Amino acid sequence: MNTIVSIQNLSKTYDNGFNALSDVSLDIREGEILALLGPNGAGKTTLISIVCGIASATGGSVSVGGHDIEKEYRQSRSLIGLVPQELHTDSFESVWNTVNFSRGLFGKAPNPGYVEEIIRELTLWDKRDSQIMQLSGGMKRRVMIAKALSHEPRILFLDEPTAGVDVELRKDMWKVVERLRQQGVTIILTTHYIEEAEAIADRIAVINRGKLLLVEDKKNLMEELGKKALYIHLVKPVDAVPDSLSKYGLSLSNGSLVYTYDTAGSGTGITGLLNDLNKAGLKVRDLETRQSSLEDIFVGLVSRDAEKAENQTSDGAAS
Amino acid sequence: MTGFNWRAVWAIYRFEMARTRRTILQSIISPVISTSLYFVVFGSAIGSRIQTVEGVGYGSFIVPGLIMLSLLQQSVSNASFGIYFPKFIGTIYEVLSAPISFIEIVMGYVGAAATKSLMLGLIILATASLIVPITIAHPAIMLAFMVLTAVSFALLGFIIGIWADNFEKLQLVPLLVITPLVFLGGSFYSVSMLPPAWQMVTYFNPVLYLVSGFRWSFFEVSDVSPLLSLVAVAGFLAICLAIIWWIFKTGYRLRS
Ligand SMILES: Nc1ncnc2c1ncn2[C@@H]1O[C@H](COP(=O)(O)OP(=O)(O)O)[C@@H](O)[C@H]1O
Ligand SMILES: [Mg+2]
Repeated sequence: MNTIVSIQNLSKTYDNGFNALSDVSLDIREGEILALLGPNGAGKTTLISIVCGIASATGGSVSVGGHDIEKEYRQSRSLIGLVPQELHTDSFESVWNTVNFSRGLFGKAPNPGYVEEIIRELTLWDKRDSQIMQLSGGMKRRVMIAKALSHEPRILFLDEPTAGVDVELRKDMWKVVERLRQQGVTIILTTHYIEEAEAIADRIAVINRGKLLLVEDKKNLMEELGKKALYIHLVKPVDAVPDSLSKYGLSLSNGSLVYTYDTAGSGTGITGLLNDLNKAGLKVRDLETRQSSLEDIFVGLVSRDAEKAENQTSDGAAS
Repeated sequence: MTGFNWRAVWAIYRFEMARTRRTILQSIISPVISTSLYFVVFGSAIGSRIQTVEGVGYGSFIVPGLIMLSLLQQSVSNASFGIYFPKFIGTIYEVLSAPISFIEIVMGYVGAAATKSLMLGLIILATASLIVPITIAHPAIMLAFMVLTAVSFALLGFIIGIWADNFEKLQLVPLLVITPLVFLGGSFYSVSMLPPAWQMVTYFNPVLYLVSGFRWSFFEVSDVSPLLSLVAVAGFLAICLAIIWWIFKTGYRLRS
């Protein structure tokens, strides 16, 4: 698969000295949906702002579609659509005009038919002549999406697209994302809602305190790092974990036994457990495994990263 | 897309002009009213004591100065507001992320601001010609002065709009610099009417050269040579362009 956005050793130190990104390298593949996951203040918006030309990097380089974002900013930026995190809209401009304005800014010839399609898709058609300030927050976000799509970008950045957004808009947005995916548009979305990344992303990048902790196919991530829970439903439900099985750290769930194991570990211990169940005279009615959510992975990664930082600072203080 | 992004310039220009249409009262009518008030005050009150200045009726004499006053104030305030406001409400993100150079951004905002103040200047000229007799000896030169002035001061306004990070700063320069310079720059009197020491000071006022040259294009009377006036306006334009270029090079205050 082709790389469409190539980020090399990117660093950003803001004017006030704050180091928001350190040495981030990331290749984004053409046509994929990449979820950029990280807690508040991790540097997600900063990263996007640099790629889109809103902020300038203090180190490293970025190329978009093979074009350096500084030397060939016209080519690189014309490939990108951005829906920023904050609702920044004009007040008095009409929906129709503001979307066409965006298209013009990106140097595209007027195309009322295409703009109409987008506005309809985002169910803004009835509001096309309304002033933006008369719209609700959700409607304004739709306008921002329409603006980002107005110039037919090949890459779409969605910065926290669903933060504080109603169900209806969320559904419509995923419909748009699905259509864009089918058309081969690359989509990068940031979120701190893990379920969202889990639901739609092909790959997941985790960023914390300006450092990229991991980039992985979602599937691999779930398999490699995920914990699984084995639910053992018994013919005769129990109300306590038998003493003979204590070494497995089982828990109870509605009369069933639950065994948690690491799929990445060398041995899962399932065979031994089943043998011991047999010895204990417990008859198994059904087995079921449940995979731990990305949330567990994410929380694990971030808290390990935080621990590391703490150790480093205490080391630093000692030396 | 690699060439000059004319569509973006046009998009910004149209957006800014639409803003004027929406605020027609504030943009056009209020300056016309305040100009008419100047006429009443200066034209009637002072004009009843000073009959003529250098052979021109006082009411007519102040018309070029009044036009310049509006042109300067409006060019600066239109352009500074035009670029400051998107910074203030955050919509600047879109301009920054678009495939558009700084020069194109300047052309869009400054072009619209200059157009607006030119229109206003012409409206004031028309209004004045209803009240006092006006002859324009050199219409082409008059227009050239207006265009140069509008563009130069719109550039200045743009610079102020980029520099300002709050509304006070935005209004500071027009209020504390532009208006006093216009009033002390011979808009409503001839420099020869001042005591010699003050004449000397006035020659350091760049607005004097503007007003004088502009007035010459009407009545062929001037405080300084019209050629010197033209050079002064061109010089001012060059200074503004140089500052714009410096902002462009350093990305000063637009990109974090
Ligand atoms: N303009 C700025 N000046 C200084 N610090 C900033 C600026 N913008 C963001 N930051 C800081 O950089 C860090 C990363 O911010 P951001 O990229 O917005 O994080 P995220 O989008 O992941 O929540 C935060 O600690 C934030 O306070
Ligand atoms: Mg953010």
